[in-house]
Parts: sequence; C-alpha cells; structure tokens
Amino acid sequence: MTDSTSSTTASRAEVCAAAIADAFKDDGEIFASPMGMLPMLGVRLAKLTSNPDLVISDGESLFLGGVPPLFAKADVVEGWIPFRRVFDVVAYGKRHVMMGATQVDRHGNQNISAIGDFAQPKRQLLGSRGAPGNTVNNRTSYWVPKHSTRVFVEEVDIVSGVGPARAKAAGPGASKYNDIHRVVSNLGVFDVKGAGDTVRLLSVHPGVRVEEVVENTGFALEIPADVPVTREPTESELMIIRNVLDPKSLRDREVPPVDAGASK
Amino acid sequence: MKPRDKQMTIDEVVAQLSDGMTIGIGGWGPRRKPMALVRAILRSDLKDLTIVSWGGADVGLLARAGKIRKLVYAFVSLDSIPLEPNFQRARQSKAIPEIVELDEGMFQTGLYAAAQRLPFLPMRAGLGSDVLVNNPWIKTVASPYADENGDFEELTAVPALRLDVALVHMNRADVHGNATYLGPDPYFDDLFVQAADKAFVSCEQIIDTAGLTVDTPVQRLLISRMMVDGVVETPNGAHFTVCTPDYERDEKFQKAYAAAAGGPEEDWAAFEERFLSGDEDAYQAAVAAFAEEQSK
Repeated sequence: MTDSTSSTTASRAEVCAAAIADAFKDDGEIFASPMGMLPMLGVRLAKLTSNPDLVISDGESLFLGGVPPLFAKADVVEGWIPFRRVFDVVAYGKRHVMMGATQVDRHGNQNISAIGDFAQPKRQLLGSRGAPGNTVNNRTSYWVPKHSTRVFVEEVDIVSGVGPARAKAAGPGASKYNDIHRVVSNLGVFDVKGAGDTVRLLSVHPGVRVEEVVENTGFALEIPADVPVTREPTESELMIIRNVLDPKSLRDREVPPVDAGASK
Repeated sequence: MKPRDKQMTIDEVVAQLSDGMTIGIGGWGPRRKPMALVRAILRSDLKDLTIVSWGGADVGLLARAGKIRKLVYAFVSLDSIPLEPNFQRARQSKAIPEIVELDEGMFQTGLYAAAQRLPFLPMRAGLGSDVLVNNPWIKTVASPYADENGDFEELTAVPALRLDVALVHMNRADVHGNATYLGPDPYFDDLFVQAADKAFVSCEQIIDTAGLTVDTPVQRLLISRMMVDGVVETPNGAHFTVCTPDYERDEKFQKAYAAAAGGPEEDWAAFEERFLSGDEDAYQAAVAAFAEEQSK
C-alpha cells in the first residue's frame, strides 16, 4: 500500500500531476512555465505524453531539449531564456504559465502580493511579480496545493492576477488575451467559465466528495448537476512520474498521500 | 591615448550619493546584487532614499536600516527563502513611507522608457490589476490606431523609472567601465545604467580590456564605458547573492541572515554586530569565519 513504486493506485499528488498535465495538453508549441514543484512535474509529464511540442526551461535561463527529472540540471539545451526574454515571450503570447496563489476569488482573481490592507499589510507576501502582465498577455493557470477557505475567498485582498470579469471591465486592451485556463487544487479542477465569469467546478479528484470542495471554498462555486471525477493517471504516466521524473517522491511533500478511508 | 581610468574605492562611490536620491540597484532578487555597495550605504549617513529594485536582501537590509523613504519594486524574495523577512517587517510596520509595487515586466518597461529618455511606454501589464489601483498616478493611454475590431485599446502608460544613480555588480570590468557578466542571465543591468544620470559598476575583478573577450564571447560585454562613471573592484562583492561562475549563493549565510531578520530584536542586533559593524574587509573576514564555523 505504501510502496509508491509498485502500487497501481495513484496517490493524490499523482492525480494532481496528471490534471496539471491535462491543462497543457492542447497548448501546442508554446513555452510552458510552471511555478513550483507539482506544476513542474505536470508540465514535464505532459511533454512526455500528450504534448511533446511544449517548450520547457530549467526555470533559470535555458530552454531544455530533453525532459530531465525534477530539479536535475544536465540536459540538452535548445535555447536561451533569461528574464528579459521571458518578458518578450509573455508579450508575444506563446506561453502558458501556471502560478501559485495565496488567494483566488470567485471571479478568478489571484493574490500573491499581500494579505490585508495594501498600505500596511497584515502579511506581506512576494509582491505582484509577473501576475498582472501574465494574465493580460498569455494563458494563465493556478495551482493550489492546499485547498481551503483561506485560499478560495469571496474577494482577494489585492488583485495581482486579473480574472476575466475585471479584464473585460478594463477594456479590450486587457481582455483580448486574458485567458485564465484552469485552477488545479489538491481537491479538484476548476475553470472561470461559470455564469458571470465565476469559478466553476470541473471535476473532483478520486476520493473527494463535492461537499468537501464546497466546505473548503469560501465562495459559492458553480457546480454542474453531474460532477465528473478527475481521471486517474494511466499506468505509463505512473511509471514516468515514479521512475523518471520524480523517483524521490518529492511530490508527496507538496501533496501528502491521502488515507483512502479518511476522506470518505 | 587611452580612455580615462574610472577606478574608485567603495567609499568614493558612496561619497557620490546624497540624501533623497533615487538609486537603482541591478541584479535580480538574490542574484548578482552589488552588495558591497549596498553595505557601504548601510554604513553611511545617507537617508530618505528612493530604491528601485527587483528586490532581494539589498531591499531587506536597506529597509531594516531605515534608509528607504520610497520603494519601487515588483517583488522582494530570497528565492530559496521565498519571503524576505526584513522587507516583510518593514511593510507590516509601515516603516517605508511610500510604496510603489509594479508588475515585474512593467518595471523593465519603466527602465526602458527612462533609458530611451521617453516619458512612458505602453504595455498591457497593469490593466485590470490593483497595480493601477494602488498607484493611481500611473495612467492609461489610448492607442491612436484602431485594432482589428475597430477598438482603440486603452493601455498602461508605464512611467519612466528615471534614476539618479545606478549600482550594478558584474563579473569582470576594465578600468574604463566596459563590463561583462559571465553567469546565465544578464538581468537588466544595462538598462539600469542607461536609465541613470550616474552609474557605478562594482565587479569581481578588474582586468585589461583585451582580457574581457578572452575565453568569453563578445556578446557578454553588456555594459559599455560610455554608460559608466566609476568602477570598483569588490571581490566577493555580491555575497551572499549568486555571482556565477565566480561563486554560487551562500545558502548557509542567507539562512542565518533570514533567521536573524525574522527573529527577535536581539538576534538582529547580534547579526549586525557580527557582520555589518565594520567595513567591507571586516565583513568579508566575518563571512570567512562564519563559513569555517559552518564547515566544522
């Protein structure tokens, strides 16, 4: 049961990795920019399965020709992508970034800037980083490793990443390329295509009840009559995750394995 | 006749600065920051500075020392330690009177505008976000050209980030101010120096002009002497930020810095006393002693 290399049952982290991979499968030949460990795992999984045309980087300044394991350095290099050229690609548009989010709200706005009042925050975070530019230029998704009412809030304290409703309100300059694609959490998969550009539940991960998602979300989610279950990774995906991309099971540190009995 | 020799000491650079100046600091987060020059500012009486930086410990240290009146940034991070404790502390106690938080791409566009002596440049970043809400002085501008739908797009008019002084750290320079980076990323140091009225380059090593292109492609010559007012050799001068290939980030030291910065007052006082109470030579000696302790 606990031997992750032989079990054919996917762990929660592995389900998340496959769901993240699916978010990139129809992107074609674009720069996939994952922020954080699970997004990196998911993107590399997509490149080895559904979308080999993805362009990936070492997260520093190199485009990688191959698909190395998480945090491995050595590989064939196929290009140079220092920060200034990242900004160029953001504006060029052939990019899909999956960012983290300290808060996400009902309208798909994201906050990584600060908690509380901007003038004197209760908790200062990173700052807006590239979220304002990403969200009005290229496809953007979010990854939330710990789904809770603290993260999924009615309204974010500071709008770093711009959701579709606010982009539309700011005019075509902002909305033309606004494309909030997916929010993947440890409980389910969402988009922002609910009524009035709101967050909508697309699927719950195996073993997660819809009520569990609702209880852990601080706003009214749009929920379809029949909520599908997020697909399980295939055997070959599990093999790639466990033996190729993440043999040290770093993924379990970000999304701990769930006791199957506990969530029922 | 050779072009003029611009070698200076760290203290001579700081003597060029004055209260209230707008100072741009090159590098990126915890990467290739002109830390020896930042430490010299900490030791000085300078105050009320406007600091413009993709921030790391440069911002944290200057904030903790109460040097910053206005901060222009897009993020402040130590990478392996995502949140900078001194910066957090300053923000949460409202110790920096004026705050300008930009998108990180807007920051580059603002430097471009300044480097090109333009009042602003248009871009999409900022639209719809709280960057424009929290900085109501940043305006939008309507495109004079209709797009494919007949709309005249409203875009962010990113204001020029004009600097009085730019401070950058490079791997190699000659005495005239030509300078190369040898690591993976130029960051934006060429923009910083061109956006500034005066620019000072610190470097790991000053070498002959001819040496700048020995064993390294000419494309790495990021900074031309015509953009530079002073050059100072500061070995290990980017410590504890990364300065590949000369050295990587000093993670153990950074950890100790962050622990002291995020801990009680006496921890920070002890850190300051040990590392920041003397000149650059004293700092480097204290760092060497720390490294030796850690390796035991």
